[in-house]
Amino acid sequence: MHMAHLLASSMGGIRAAGDLVARMQLSKKMRIAEAKQYVADKLHVTPYDLSDPTMMRQLREELDIGTITGVPGIAKGLAAKARISQLLDIPINSVEQFKNKTGLHY
Amino acid sequence: MKIMTRMGDSSNVELTKDELRTEFITGSEEAAKKAKIPVLTENEIDYLVDMFAAPTRIWGVQRGNEVVMTKDGCVNALNSSRMSSGVVAPVNREVGVRLFESMLGFDSMEISHNDYSVKPQRFLKALEMLHVELLMETTIFPLLYGFMPNLGLYYRPDGSFENPSDLMPIGKIDEARKTQEEAGKACLDDCIEMSDCMVEMGADGIDFDTVASTGDAEFYSVLKACDHVANDTGLPVEIGMSAEMVLGFHGQLEYNGKRLAGMWPHQQLQVCEEAGCAIFGPVSNTNTRKTVPWNLAKALTFVKACTEIAKIPVHPNVGMGVGGVPMFETPAVDVVTRCSAAMIEIGHADGL
Repeated sequence: MHMAHLLASSMGGIRAAGDLVARMQLSKKMRIAEAKQYVADKLHVTPYDLSDPTMMRQLREELDIGTITGVPGIAKGLAAKARISQLLDIPINSVEQFKNKTGLHY
Repeated sequence: MKIMTRMGDSSNVELTKDELRTEFITGSEEAAKKAKIPVLTENEIDYLVDMFAAPTRIWGVQRGNEVVMTKDGCVNALNSSRMSSGVVAPVNREVGVRLFESMLGFDSMEISHNDYSVKPQRFLKALEMLHVELLMETTIFPLLYGFMPNLGLYYRPDGSFENPSDLMPIGKIDEARKTQEEAGKACLDDCIEMSDCMVEMGADGIDFDTVASTGDAEFYSVLKACDHVANDTGLPVEIGMSAEMVLGFHGQLEYNGKRLAGMWPHQQLQVCEEAGCAIFGPVSNTNTRKTVPWNLAKALTFVKACTEIAKIPVHPNVGMGVGGVPMFETPAVDVVTRCSAAMIEIGHADGL
């Protein structure tokens, strides 16, 4: 059933920009159009592009915010989230906790 | 010409085009009559008829209209039993969540225990915190921590509080209300405890799932918990309901002056917004004796009434037995993809 929903309606998570749009819905309570526009503006693309895995794969690698396939040296996990936090200008809890724990700040 | 579709129990059924249209109309009217909301428009019915009459196995939204998915039940679909439509795959949560992120391309995910209620989870608090903490280091997409409040587990024989279902038939209504209030406080404390501990673990939010499964007392506890989590900790809260109407086992509980018993989805949305909820998940329960078109039209009518007034994202539940999807362990893709797409194209959902 999950696959059915993914095929029919999903942005595709880190395959495209679904995780970024989801973050705007959670952290700022943005409706879908507003969330897509916000992310598109930050990425300098159109909302339509956000669901395109071809365009977003290349862009995610350029921005170094994590990719769906495994590439050595590309940001993963907390590093990717730290970059997403800066890119979208939103706090991400796990990144903030990491900064508190390590004393690292940027 | 006969159109093949399904019943609410997933069995096959053939309809003529006129019968199909009638199913959509009557399903929508059912929701409209109950909740006093508008029916679907003629254009929307036309779209649905075309969708279901098309012979394709799957259906999808128009490109550009994709939305984001939020998930309940963690990786139960992988490592749990048929109770959760699980396939008993030998994967733990660390593996499963990573698979959902990279192999399945989910937009977000929830971490929770296989025993999904807050009461048993509380005894495994440290373990739950560790799993959240570890997964936060290796994943990129938003990760929530979730559970069902499941107030029913607080009543005897599973819990220590008197069961209102035992008290009401013998006319002890005041006592039934009192036990619900007391159990509700215990449930509230547990919800707060399991939510607060996830802040330091780096959780991106909390998901309260199947809310109001035991009626208005549970809904009240969750709203109070949401108020605390959203406003005192700053963590986003997603509330996923369990039924289209809040059952009034208590009958007198109010939140901000609004009686919770008898609330329909668009009314549930409003109190959830007032409580600080970030994402609201309305439910429309599938009637297994009716067709999927009937059930879907009912669900869409409820959802549209929410999305037209919502100030927060609306993610309708489209799992097993809700949102028009048949009540079956493994619902077929021909109807799931149609329900999925319809929720966005007609229901204007912000996610699923």
